[in-house]
Amino acid sequence: MKTYLLPSLKLTLILIVITAGIYPLVIAGIGKLTPGHGDGETVSYKGRVVGYALEGQKFTKDEYFWSRPSAVDYNAAGSGGSNKGPSNPDYLKQVEGRIQDFLKHNPGVTREQIPAELVTASGSGLDPDLSPAGAQVQVARIAKVRGLSADQLTKLVDEHTEKPLLGVFGPAKVNVLKLNVALDELKK
Amino acid sequence: MNTEISGVIFTYLLTLALAIPLGRYIARVFKGEKTWLDFMAPLERFIFRFSGIDTKKEMNWKQHLFALLTINSVWLIYAFVCLMAQGHLPLNPDANPGQSPDTAFNTAISFLVNCNLQHYSGESGATYFTQHFVFMFLHFVSAATGIAALIVVFRALKDKITDKLGNFWDYFVKSITRILLPISFVIAVIFAFNGMTTSYAGKDTFISMQGDTVHVSRGPVAALVAIKHLGTNGGGWFGANSAHPIENPNYLTNTTELVAQCLIPIALVFALGFYLNKKKFSYVIFGVMTVGMLMFMIPTINAELHGNPAIAKMGVIQPTGAMEGKEVRFGPANSAYWSVMTTIISTGSVNSMHDSAMPMSGTMMLMGMMVNCFYGGCGVGILNFYIFIIIAVFISGLMVGRTPEFFGRKIEAREMKIASLIALLHPFIILVGAAISSYVIVHMPGADWAVKPSTWLNNPGNHGFAEMLYEYTSSAANNGSGFEGLGDGNIFWNVTTGIVMVLGRFLPIIGPLAIAGLLANKKFIPESAGTLKSDTSTFGIMIFAVIMIIAALSFFPALALGPIAEHFSLK
Repeated sequence: MKTYLLPSLKLTLILIVITAGIYPLVIAGIGKLTPGHGDGETVSYKGRVVGYALEGQKFTKDEYFWSRPSAVDYNAAGSGGSNKGPSNPDYLKQVEGRIQDFLKHNPGVTREQIPAELVTASGSGLDPDLSPAGAQVQVARIAKVRGLSADQLTKLVDEHTEKPLLGVFGPAKVNVLKLNVALDELKK
Repeated sequence: MNTEISGVIFTYLLTLALAIPLGRYIARVFKGEKTWLDFMAPLERFIFRFSGIDTKKEMNWKQHLFALLTINSVWLIYAFVCLMAQGHLPLNPDANPGQSPDTAFNTAISFLVNCNLQHYSGESGATYFTQHFVFMFLHFVSAATGIAALIVVFRALKDKITDKLGNFWDYFVKSITRILLPISFVIAVIFAFNGMTTSYAGKDTFISMQGDTVHVSRGPVAALVAIKHLGTNGGGWFGANSAHPIENPNYLTNTTELVAQCLIPIALVFALGFYLNKKKFSYVIFGVMTVGMLMFMIPTINAELHGNPAIAKMGVIQPTGAMEGKEVRFGPANSAYWSVMTTIISTGSVNSMHDSAMPMSGTMMLMGMMVNCFYGGCGVGILNFYIFIIIAVFISGLMVGRTPEFFGRKIEAREMKIASLIALLHPFIILVGAAISSYVIVHMPGADWAVKPSTWLNNPGNHGFAEMLYEYTSSAANNGSGFEGLGDGNIFWNVTTGIVMVLGRFLPIIGPLAIAGLLANKKFIPESAGTLKSDTSTFGIMIFAVIMIIAALSFFPALALGPIAEHFSLK
């Protein structure tokens, strides 16, 4: 046993130092050179930090573009999805409730215009994005509440639409937080 | 072509383009030839001198196993103690408490065996110390254990008659210094520059646009996420794993994570060909694995792109596909690709919630883990595949009435017994586990435990059964993903899945190593006209048939009760 146990103990010790000590410290050092300095990139509005660029936050007021439903209510101290199965009757009732709520707040919008992501919860509960269609369908409501022209808002959404990677890989998306910050800045 | 599909195809092609040269490189490393990472040699010499290891001492297969099991036992005890004590250890800025004994038992095993089932959430159930000094450390060494075990089998296949199969410590340490650590470093740097956090700062607080106070978990994530994928571990920093926007910020990091997790398993298939100088044989294996992968992949992507029929009936549109449990920045096609890759490859990280996937996708993910050797985990994928090869050789031999031989060695009763036991172990531990938990739910729903069995399931009916089946399949396959709706953070699940994980890890390593060791000692029979050729497509089809028969026959009834029934009931 000694032939194996002693080398095992020593090898474990030295590998802990290398893989769990030195390696992440070097990465942390390199992280200091990145835009967020390794702490996470923040978004500011009027000189105040209003969120993290990567993490979604709750937008439920009519004057803002809504973010997706979240199983953790956008509490970024945790994360997670609803884990509801596709045939779960309670879940389907909940989705129907969200559809009706959306229709109530967005008069003039029909069911066939609502993209599924607006009535389904994301995997992380912190999804920062909407599809371009998910943002556009809310334009009429926001234009009315804020007294802005729909064209102006459509343009704003277009400007904030991020193209797929290299233009060809993956979906297009809109970061809801950045879009809403730009929306508030329009007022000035 | 739509950008979601092109993204998926690009990801796969990129993986292949990197895996083939990496396979050649890995073969060179373990043949002891010159490579461009030879500057690591002084570090390796230092490690060996410090540990008192003489790498020139060659070991037979039993000595390899002793070394492997001894050092794994050391890690198990170390991990268990750290997890219990984490509340009192440094690097705990969020003041998280220690884990309960049963959670620590489950978590320690889970990371030790490269499974990474997580019955806790990283934000509240672990500290920066345990994330790095337990989880990330085990990410490296558990992957290296798998690779080292595989190299022993490579070596046994190569040499003519010998019981000297190289030095375990040598294979193990080089797997880290020459493969895992350098590649992880590159990946972690890519992550850092794409917004993944790297600093040791604790939770932050801000007031949102709407005026809510929000606390944000973070931490030195990038280094861990790199090896989490490269080592096919899958245990994430945050509860939502790679669906979390910090753990997977954008499509580029997503592609990187996907390539990283498939890279070594595929490279090792090619490494086999380069190492043994039998490239055609590795093409046959690669072909079988790839056909298997596509068989699971195509229905899954198709199901997710079509969306949930029950939601379609409500009248809303699903232009991108099913979105419950998915992130907008990845989309359903990519999430489907990920969920198949992560289940066939035994990573078990997720970028969407598998519990909310379509029943067809759930079926494919379960089958991926039930087969567990289409590419498979770091090293262990090919070890599992090796068992099926042995069975296929034996059956083919019987079919044509010849003594079954593989690489010039006769396969006899002893090897076949081991291979059959290992092949049957997997369905046995999964189905017994699912049966026991089903029994408990039905007959003891109100048992006076911390979490009553009646509240375990997050979904009713067939889907609820699938949640339990998935948990044991994932544990046995050392995968680690979950139908996370299952209330698994309690003593019943911690203990039963802990046992299943240990059996599902070590027996499938011991079996192939024993077979390879026994075969290497047998008389070498030179190839003749009567030899069954192992590098032909006919033999490939034979292996494929064996895999499908063993997996389909043993698991079909359970699948029919779970996701298949749900599929046909969902309209």
